[in-house]
Amino acid sequence: MALLDVKNLSISFHTRHGETKAVDNVSFSVECGETLAIVGESGSGKSVTCYSLLDLLPKPPAVIESGSANFDGVDLYQCSNQQMQQFRGNDIAMIFQDPMTSLNPFLTIGEQLIEPLIYHSDSSQQVSRNAAKQEAIALLDEVGIINPEDRFDSYPHEFSGGMRQRVMIAMALINKPRLLICDEPTTALDVTIQAQILKLIKTLQKNRDVAVIFISHDLAVVADIADKVLVMCDGKTEEQNRTQEVFQNSSNRYTKALLSAIPTGAKTTKSLAQDGSPLLQVEQVKTYFTDFTNSSEKVVKAVDDVSLSLQKGEILGLVGESGSGKSTLGRSILQLAPLTAGTVRFAGTELSALQPSQLIPWRRKLQMIFQDPYASLNPRMTVYQTLAEPLLYHGLANKKSVAKQVEQLMDDVGLARSSVLKYPHEFSGGQRQRIAIGRAIATEPEFIIADEPVSALDVTIQAQILDLILELVKQRDLTMLFISHDLSVVRKICDRVAVMHQGKLVEEAATETLWANPEMDYTRSLLSAIPATNLS
Amino acid sequence: MIDPSQPTLKGSSLWLDAWIKLGKNRLALSGLVILLFLIVVSLLTPWIAPYSYEEQNLMLGATAPSAAHWLGTDIFGRDMLTRIMYGGRVSLMVGFIATAVALVIGILWGAIAGFVGGRLDAVMMRIVDIMYALPFMIFIVLLMVVFGRNILLLFVAIGAVEWLTMARIVRGQVMTLRKQEFVEAAYSMGLSKWAIIRRHIIPNTLGPVIVYTTLTIPSVMLLEAFLSFLGLGIQPPQSSWGLLINYGVETMEEYPWLLIFPGITLSLTLFALNFLGDGLRDALDPRASKD
Repeated sequence: MALLDVKNLSISFHTRHGETKAVDNVSFSVECGETLAIVGESGSGKSVTCYSLLDLLPKPPAVIESGSANFDGVDLYQCSNQQMQQFRGNDIAMIFQDPMTSLNPFLTIGEQLIEPLIYHSDSSQQVSRNAAKQEAIALLDEVGIINPEDRFDSYPHEFSGGMRQRVMIAMALINKPRLLICDEPTTALDVTIQAQILKLIKTLQKNRDVAVIFISHDLAVVADIADKVLVMCDGKTEEQNRTQEVFQNSSNRYTKALLSAIPTGAKTTKSLAQDGSPLLQVEQVKTYFTDFTNSSEKVVKAVDDVSLSLQKGEILGLVGESGSGKSTLGRSILQLAPLTAGTVRFAGTELSALQPSQLIPWRRKLQMIFQDPYASLNPRMTVYQTLAEPLLYHGLANKKSVAKQVEQLMDDVGLARSSVLKYPHEFSGGQRQRIAIGRAIATEPEFIIADEPVSALDVTIQAQILDLILELVKQRDLTMLFISHDLSVVRKICDRVAVMHQGKLVEEAATETLWANPEMDYTRSLLSAIPATNLS
Repeated sequence: MIDPSQPTLKGSSLWLDAWIKLGKNRLALSGLVILLFLIVVSLLTPWIAPYSYEEQNLMLGATAPSAAHWLGTDIFGRDMLTRIMYGGRVSLMVGFIATAVALVIGILWGAIAGFVGGRLDAVMMRIVDIMYALPFMIFIVLLMVVFGRNILLLFVAIGAVEWLTMARIVRGQVMTLRKQEFVEAAYSMGLSKWAIIRRHIIPNTLGPVIVYTTLTIPSVMLLEAFLSFLGLGIQPPQSSWGLLINYGVETMEEYPWLLIFPGITLSLTLFALNFLGDGLRDALDPRASKD
């Protein structure tokens, strides 16, 4: 018998705007030691489904219309609050998406780990503080924390994102649950860390024989870890099958769309004129910050002696993990972060030697697309104002022509003209990124830095935005520095790739050369971290 | 929704949208109407007041509301309605002008300090700290001694004290906004610092500023009453709502109407201000629900 058996589940949200069906007649089951992946875009109902199992949905507005969830003989939807509390944490545990906000910053991780043991709701299972500590340390060791005895007394901010996610997994496992629900546990992490966490979850599951429900928007991520895949769209089950079947023989249209959204293959690189001087030349750039924390001054070498150049019409990928200095390099090129040393030359002019006021006409030609389309748009400006501002400010439009030009921009980035008077919050993430791209190309720049423009987006949306970027680069003969931690994305759109590690440029090569023959160990580890989708 | 193909598009902005949204908010609109009514009455008072505000009629003394004197008379036989109308001129003027002074100085000071940051911020905020530490009364008395008693000076003095809190609120807001990507985006677009402050920073600080403003206006009105009571503000026979309330408190037991009517007027103003302030805050936030 299955450990968890969900049958005909329907959940809807009742708001004053009416009734929305979030989950529509979904059934699935998980056995002990089995991993079920629930895959779908944001809004597909995958998280709602799992949150309902632990009674974590706000009720109202959420209403469970019908269905049952049979967990080891008990229907989770019928049990009392007290019973539910027994299940939560004890039998069913959850790992959340963002390891930065899921830990209490005021308590040491050890304190947070032993809490459920010492203050157990069932007093017969309570253990002494010492025993709890021993157990917690063993668990920290198991999830791959080095020196668990010393780290026991560390605070969350002393851990990196990946380490925190390991701590979160340890917390979820401390009461030896039989079902582990992972809600996009690797979405906020770098590719290399993601690979490690996925491996960890897989190993733990094998060793402990727990059932795992793994929620993700990215089919590529679940390929390696899941036994079964449930594909959801708009609250409905699109497909449910063994993982291998889904990846190899799926006949479902939506699954195919999801699969084709996974960036694969390489860009067909056009031959660039290698003669002639490069459009952008970065020479021996250093950007240092002084870190005043811990009372002693410490110089952080965010960018350490980096040189690179871009030919006109080229897309250069800049890859590296978070903290490798790739974003700082981008900001240094645009003179948004002060250079400690080095020169930045654009079209023959040394930008790094100009005064801020002299830079203003140049800013028109160098633009930036930011990572987070939720933060990079002024919430109090309509799309019209956002797009019209650079046009009017740089005198590229007058009061009469500006409306026409804004409409043209909306067409160029694939937004409906009728939404020109809406505010950013009325758009989805992908649409917002389109607005941000529209703003960046409004001034007809020659060079654009795209700082992780798709990493905050769902896979299907990501594919659309990448297509848009490629099309605009081709149409407008743009030169682009594409910053990303995701190598499969970089491979799809970049002509050349530069790899950064701890502030230094460690390798630079044409995209396919790098893929075929990575020279540095670090590059190899980045490449091997890409989730493999070819199941054999 | 405006047809986007029309040239009227240009006119659409945060302020226009806010105005349309405010129009749909009954409570805020009624607040606005009450305030406008009070302001119009105050402006027209010299022509429409039924009696003179200073002429005493000691024979009459304090009388309860009647047909001749709708709101009664005070102990000197002066018509309360007239005195409240004249008092409103002073109170509303102090409330709005002193708050406006505080708003302008406070927002600019806080926005510049928060946006530029670093040493300038440290210097500007230490000045605010020093001003906070100065005993307010001594500051006012000094001003009076140097410049003589003048109603304009009263506005300046109150405004010069009230802007301090405003500057702190705005600075805190700006410091978080400054780090936002949309501000960096504006910077990379080549906008000048001033344009960024004006177009991207200040509109995003409006929520807390408006709420604080609606709290400042009544507190300024009461501050004026306090100063006048001490003989530092306006002097009898002139009046203000605050002063009328102060005198009303003294004779509360014998002649309650001397307290009740100025009290009702002041409360009404405060309600109107709060409703309008809440409405404005929601109207200026595009994220607040549209219905």
